[in-house]
Amino acid sequence: MPFDENEERRIESAEETWEEQTLRPTLEKLPERARQFNTVSWHPIRRLYTPRDLSDFDYTQDLGFPGLYPFTRGVYPTMYRGKIWTMRMFAGHGTPEETNRRFRYLLEQGQTGLSVAFDLPTLMGYDSDHPMSRGEVGKCGVAIDSLADMETLFDRIPLGDVTTSMTINSPAAVLWAMYLAVCEKQGVPYDRIGGTIQNDILKEFIAQKEYVFPLEPSMRLMVDTILFGAQCLPTWHPVSISGYHIREAGSTAIQELAFTLADGMAYVEATMKAGLDPDAFAPRLSFFFNVHNDFFEEIAKFRAARRMWAKLMRERYGAKDPRSWLLRTHAQTAGCALTAQQPYNNVVRVAIQALAAVLGGAQSLHTNAMDETRALPTEKAATIALRTQQIIAHETGVTHTIDPVGGSYFVETLTREIEEEAWTYLQKIDDLGGMVQAIEKGFPQQEIADASYRYQQAVERGEQVVVGVNRCVAEVEEPIPLLQIDPDKAAHQQMEKIHQLKKRRDSYPVDHTLDAIRRAAQGKDPWARDLLMPKILDAVRAYVTLGEIMGVLREAWGEYVEPAIL
Amino acid sequence: MVEERKIRVLVAKPGLDGHDRGAKVIARAFRDAGFEVIYTGLRQTPEMIVSAAIQEDVDAVGVSCLSGAHMYLFPRIVQLLRERGADDVLVFGGGTIPDEDIPKLREAGIAEIFTPGTPTSVAIDFVRNRAGRDRK
Repeated sequence: MPFDENEERRIESAEETWEEQTLRPTLEKLPERARQFNTVSWHPIRRLYTPRDLSDFDYTQDLGFPGLYPFTRGVYPTMYRGKIWTMRMFAGHGTPEETNRRFRYLLEQGQTGLSVAFDLPTLMGYDSDHPMSRGEVGKCGVAIDSLADMETLFDRIPLGDVTTSMTINSPAAVLWAMYLAVCEKQGVPYDRIGGTIQNDILKEFIAQKEYVFPLEPSMRLMVDTILFGAQCLPTWHPVSISGYHIREAGSTAIQELAFTLADGMAYVEATMKAGLDPDAFAPRLSFFFNVHNDFFEEIAKFRAARRMWAKLMRERYGAKDPRSWLLRTHAQTAGCALTAQQPYNNVVRVAIQALAAVLGGAQSLHTNAMDETRALPTEKAATIALRTQQIIAHETGVTHTIDPVGGSYFVETLTREIEEEAWTYLQKIDDLGGMVQAIEKGFPQQEIADASYRYQQAVERGEQVVVGVNRCVAEVEEPIPLLQIDPDKAAHQQMEKIHQLKKRRDSYPVDHTLDAIRRAAQGKDPWARDLLMPKILDAVRAYVTLGEIMGVLREAWGEYVEPAIL
Repeated sequence: MVEERKIRVLVAKPGLDGHDRGAKVIARAFRDAGFEVIYTGLRQTPEMIVSAAIQEDVDAVGVSCLSGAHMYLFPRIVQLLRERGADDVLVFGGGTIPDEDIPKLREAGIAEIFTPGTPTSVAIDFVRNRAGRDRK
């Protein structure tokens, strides 16, 4: 906070007196526990922060007011006083029938939005009967092969009244088309459909590794969905630019922030190159960050992210509409921070992480269940995780005022330092020619691999304490009940359904729509106005399977092979 | 004097799972501990992993799977190694694996399962003591 020289001198002299007369004798008697304190991302933390740390701080420029540039204090004028964040629990396993039951249960429990977890064959664009799908069908999410499965998944759920988030990337266009086709069948008009597809393909190459096509066609398909959304679906978020997986892969908080914004910048630049004004699509971009253990570092990360994105959109890309400057974000507690040892402790970790997300100003939140290091969550574990959010929302009072940590000498300093370090990364990525080129050179992959190995070594040396793992270890671990899934049931049922579907459906529109997709994909002009999305929609309406559509695209574009970076 | 042959370990990611943080950390830890490490990269079928193991003449194969498909993928790798006469190769694994699956995996011939939170040194010592012990 800017203050006059007299005030600054008065504080400085008081601090010197404190150091000399109070602090020093204490340190002589009782040295501190460590010479250096760091965040979990190795960011140094000092003993004390005072107004002197913020002597050049400009309130209106650096913080401003909620709902106003640069949005440090929050994206909305009233934040949680107006509306509690969306409690959106990621769920899905087995068949569409089973997941439909779980969704309806979660909605009955007071959940306010749906979030679909797909199984790996779906995420990779294979049907359940593909040889690569063996052993994986319905295991880490729900298996979706065709529109028929999507109809089952949302059976008796009115899609005009809920918003749905779908964690799907390489085949995002296809799953989105299936969702839209279900909405059409339910009679919900396009302008009343709300939700998100993750569709953040660049972080797949960096972190989650569910890429299918090489970088260039991957970007083309992604931009295709943004263009389609801008034309036809004003309330849909065509991408959730995700740091979550980058962090789970082992990055630091600053790397998560920088690489996520760099991915977002690549999408903005590619869409602008395709001829769209930033204000025509930027208000629909959304984000997704991890919330890890280091409480204040996480809060500062969210605040820095909003301020940086606002600056980027306004200054660098020239967006005029204030809605284009908003970084609205989903948050999920850190799966990688949970321990298999003493799993009940995870309930506490999740509560603290969730509180950081709320103090950081997230728009929606998923809280992990305590048993997820070993299996998909049981209903009971997932319910406790949801209740954790409800307790924060309704019992703690942290929602009563906006940005309660704003103005803290520590939090404001940390926010600023994290922002500065993230800008340094963005400069490096700019120097490499942008994020697509940086990925081709393996830059973010190597940074993450190094950070992940460094963290593991710190844990093994005991420098990084993990309760129950390298400190406060239990002699006997009590087993907890885990979700039991029939290992083959989903695969058998899905394979039978595909078999029946292919016998039953009319083959002319199948061949015809697939041919249209093939021709458009082979088109030489990568940013053609002739979008793929409407053609994919035609195909899913004709019950062409996910694997068939992705198969045609695989033939046209080839597949990405990753250089191994250890 | 003949220099002692380094223990050769293949670190593999079977199936569709892309979570490679653990596999990469293990590969690097083994390398730093003086092993010869070959990392397969992602999306390997059991057939591809076994071919690589035989071609590279490894002493041990470490497999990592976080997608829940371990009950199919891990035993299949052991079975294929046996079929190809390479049953002296030590197979060990890790990932998101429920406790109750571990005895079944051991029975299927996986020498050990290292669950989340295991120090890399434990896996390294295990392989150092066991690998090559039964080699012909």
